[in-house]
Amino acid sequence: MKRADYVSTTNACKLCKPLGACLAFRGIEGAVPMLHGSQGCATYMRRYIISHFREPMDIASSSLGEKHAVYGGGANLKQGIRNVMTKFGAGMIGVATTCLTETIGDDVPMILREFRKEMEQAGEATGLPPLVSVSTPSYSGTHMEGFHTAVRAVVDQLCTGDFPYEESAEKFVNLMPGFLSPADLRHLKEIVADFGLGCVMLPDISETLDGPALEDYEKIPAGGTPISGIKRMGSGVATLEFGHTLEGSSTAGMILHERFGVPLHQSGTPIGLRETDAFFKALELASGIKTPEKHALEKGRLVDAYVDGHKYLFGKRAVVYGEEDLVIGLTAFLAEIGIKPVLCASGGNSGRLRGCIQRVTAGLLEPPPIVAEGADFRKIEELCEEVSPDLLVGHSKGYSLSTKLGVPLVRVGFPIHDRFGGHRTLHVGYRGAQMLLDRIVNAILEKAQKESPIGYGYM
Amino acid sequence: MAASKINSTTGIESVDPGELKAELVAKYPTKVGRKRAKQIVINSVEECGEVPEIGANSRTIPGIITQRGCSYAGCKGVVLGPTRDIINLTHGPIGCGFYSWLTRRNQTRTNGPGDANFMTYCFSTDLQDEDIVFGGEKKLRKAIREIYDNFKPKAIGIFATCPVGLIGDDVHAVAREMKEELGINIFGFSCEGYKGVSQSAGHHIANNVLFSHVVGLDDTPSKGKFKINLLGEYNIGGDAFEIERILDEAGITVVSTFSGNSTYDKFANSHTADLNTVMCHRSINYVAEMMEKKYGIPWIKVNFIGAASTAKTLRKIANYFEDEELIERVEKIIGEEMVEVEKVRLEVKSRCEGKLAMLFVGGSRAHHYQDLFAEIGMKTVAAGYEFAHRDDYEGRSVLPNIKVDADSRNIEELRVEPDAERFSPRKSQEALERLKAKGFRFKDYDGMMPEMASGTLIIDDISQFETEKLIEKYKPDIFCAGIKEKYAIQKKGIPMKQLHSYDSGGPYAGFKGAINFWREIDRMVNSKVWSYLKAPWQESPELTATYAWE
Repeated sequence: MKRADYVSTTNACKLCKPLGACLAFRGIEGAVPMLHGSQGCATYMRRYIISHFREPMDIASSSLGEKHAVYGGGANLKQGIRNVMTKFGAGMIGVATTCLTETIGDDVPMILREFRKEMEQAGEATGLPPLVSVSTPSYSGTHMEGFHTAVRAVVDQLCTGDFPYEESAEKFVNLMPGFLSPADLRHLKEIVADFGLGCVMLPDISETLDGPALEDYEKIPAGGTPISGIKRMGSGVATLEFGHTLEGSSTAGMILHERFGVPLHQSGTPIGLRETDAFFKALELASGIKTPEKHALEKGRLVDAYVDGHKYLFGKRAVVYGEEDLVIGLTAFLAEIGIKPVLCASGGNSGRLRGCIQRVTAGLLEPPPIVAEGADFRKIEELCEEVSPDLLVGHSKGYSLSTKLGVPLVRVGFPIHDRFGGHRTLHVGYRGAQMLLDRIVNAILEKAQKESPIGYGYM
Repeated sequence: MAASKINSTTGIESVDPGELKAELVAKYPTKVGRKRAKQIVINSVEECGEVPEIGANSRTIPGIITQRGCSYAGCKGVVLGPTRDIINLTHGPIGCGFYSWLTRRNQTRTNGPGDANFMTYCFSTDLQDEDIVFGGEKKLRKAIREIYDNFKPKAIGIFATCPVGLIGDDVHAVAREMKEELGINIFGFSCEGYKGVSQSAGHHIANNVLFSHVVGLDDTPSKGKFKINLLGEYNIGGDAFEIERILDEAGITVVSTFSGNSTYDKFANSHTADLNTVMCHRSINYVAEMMEKKYGIPWIKVNFIGAASTAKTLRKIANYFEDEELIERVEKIIGEEMVEVEKVRLEVKSRCEGKLAMLFVGGSRAHHYQDLFAEIGMKTVAAGYEFAHRDDYEGRSVLPNIKVDADSRNIEELRVEPDAERFSPRKSQEALERLKAKGFRFKDYDGMMPEMASGTLIIDDISQFETEKLIEKYKPDIFCAGIKEKYAIQKKGIPMKQLHSYDSGGPYAGFKGAINFWREIDRMVNSKVWSYLKAPWQESPELTATYAWE
């Protein structure tokens, strides 16, 4: 049954690094993501991101050709930035590299320094928006590494302390949510506000990738983390950073801690009761007030639903796949509600997934689930033969596996391009857990009802 | 505030295309403006059919949000993507393979459970740091062995991505070596994303490899009396199925489609057909040309998009074979199919007539779909291609005058000679002359512009800024492009129809496809849903948008 690991990847369970960087840049007010490389990268990523969000997603490209691959792409990058500035009036340009420019060794920070200098010499420097660069070769890491690296680059390059330090009357926290849905981000902002705290959430795609229909179309959608907000992150009362796999590594939150002494609370993505509790506890600490009644009630209702749903869920075997931190959060949640996660898989390969899964399932699952790191869907499918799941929890790419296995797929995360409203999926907080719980119970009920020879109308 | 003599909510006459062009070009830096001025053309069709020259197939300006993709996308995604039993292995980091994982909605129909279909798979060597440093050929060989051991495909195609070319991995050498080792056909494509100026380069590369490594390998005489290949039809949303249905009924055999619903064996046998019919001229004319030279198969341009165009195409094919029974059968089919077609057409026309369409898509779709709109009385006021060349705009007569630039020169042009054993002219010289005398035209395509009205605006490789200006000035009732443009345009209150993936709809080819398309356009342009979302000029007609540099 066991075979040596494949060297090739079949039906990947990860996307590429620059895509994550573009998503992160998109969550900054007025920012235009720009890829330094072949134009195909920008086109592919745009079409892919748009298929999930059903929103405009602009990514500029330096459109390198064969000549530039030989002689370097500096001139094209500069010309591209100029066009993005004038045509879009960008408030920030986030330049991410690609395989092409990483392989030929283009030094983007140096090109940007030259560009600034040239603009200064031409007397045009006043119109220059902040330029942030990030190195994102797709041959090292997944879209999530690209995402986190870009967030880190933004903080590193914009929070330089030259922004006048304000003894702001409003206490605020920095929140690094990671890659969550626009609905998640809106909910997180609501929670923080209910604690009476201000919030600089970086990045914030809640409006930029889920915007309203407009009477007057804007080239760059409204919303996103304001640049001014980013620049004052050093005076936040605390930084809350989601993602167990990031703990202890050099993250944006770590920079703020080291540079400005902002206390850093790293915790898991708040999915399910316990991980959400940890988030609320951090907020209680930062705000000095107790969890507001509204949320305490929401938690109470969630616990009530855990009890009500238990009879449908207990012992059901789930396969969870997707981004590492999402998988960790979902696994923690599933274990709480009585489901038995039997396989936790990710295309990510941080080396931390196994340990984190063990931690969040300790005391709930013995033995802990099988963990597949750096996995593709071929591997997931093979492991499914061993674990015989009752349901899959993950994104749209598990669809063919779910039909093959004849088990329901509860769609979460990214990408969701075979259902409507995937980007409005709420995963986080007590409310998100409630919605996930309802969907999972109903997926199980639907299958049971469909397969019932009697045709029960009461389930 | 040029070209602002607008007072009605729709009305092409009120827009001066010359003024609009000047306004578009003026917004660019001088050098860029000069380039764009060549790519933005006001159409004028002379009596002899001559049209103005357009700048096309030139490098995209950096930082302009373009619709274009890359060479890899054209090669792996477009041309080879729809073939079900060749395993397409992307040699590179994970992104390229992932993003081309059946995103084009190509359909295929296997002959039963034993028949291979790898289209739902995505194979990649998923290169990592160490492969970039030490070379990826070793990993590529292993990946090919794994694929062979697990799937036993008839053939494997290897697609090079940007870093592969740069680190010097030789996909062709590995292909040869592995072909020898495994005994199946394995071939490489040097379709690195930086080659050429758009996906068009990738089409050419794909055509070359298919032609030199697959076509002609199986001489088994194909069955059927009237045997054709359908070139440049990719079976998006089931288009090829509808075309096959009609051809089947007429008794015309499709030996192979390039490449919708295709298989390796069909490609290998395709040189036994007696006629090549070309749908998408841009992406596949190379194969048609080479097959004519090597095997003696004539080619004609066809179009199955639009009911009248489908009828015209069927008649053209029947006339080529000069068979009375076939001609009669085709007429009978057209007569029968047109009953339902006309019913729907007139009904939809009553609600759509006079409305304005814009099409900025592909390398042939922006042309073909104008027929469908015209049949329901909708006017195309502006159109352009993403990646076409001058011949697709102005017609093949300009081919000798097209300047070959460095980007095009980098794509190999195969030297093709008549095959010593397999070359056989399908028509005698006399027959060819007879057909030509009757007005039959071989290997010819007039392009899009001669069929568009004078005064319409033709824009190559349209940028996002230009798209917005066009919409603002013309206020079209529908805009056709791809998913990347869809939501930006719809936020302006303009229905946007995807002509790459069909918005999950289709088929739109053939007779049934025409009906589908008209119903869809009717739904889109006449839906109440737009009334909730007022376009700026509906709110206050004198309004013009302000841009960052104004």
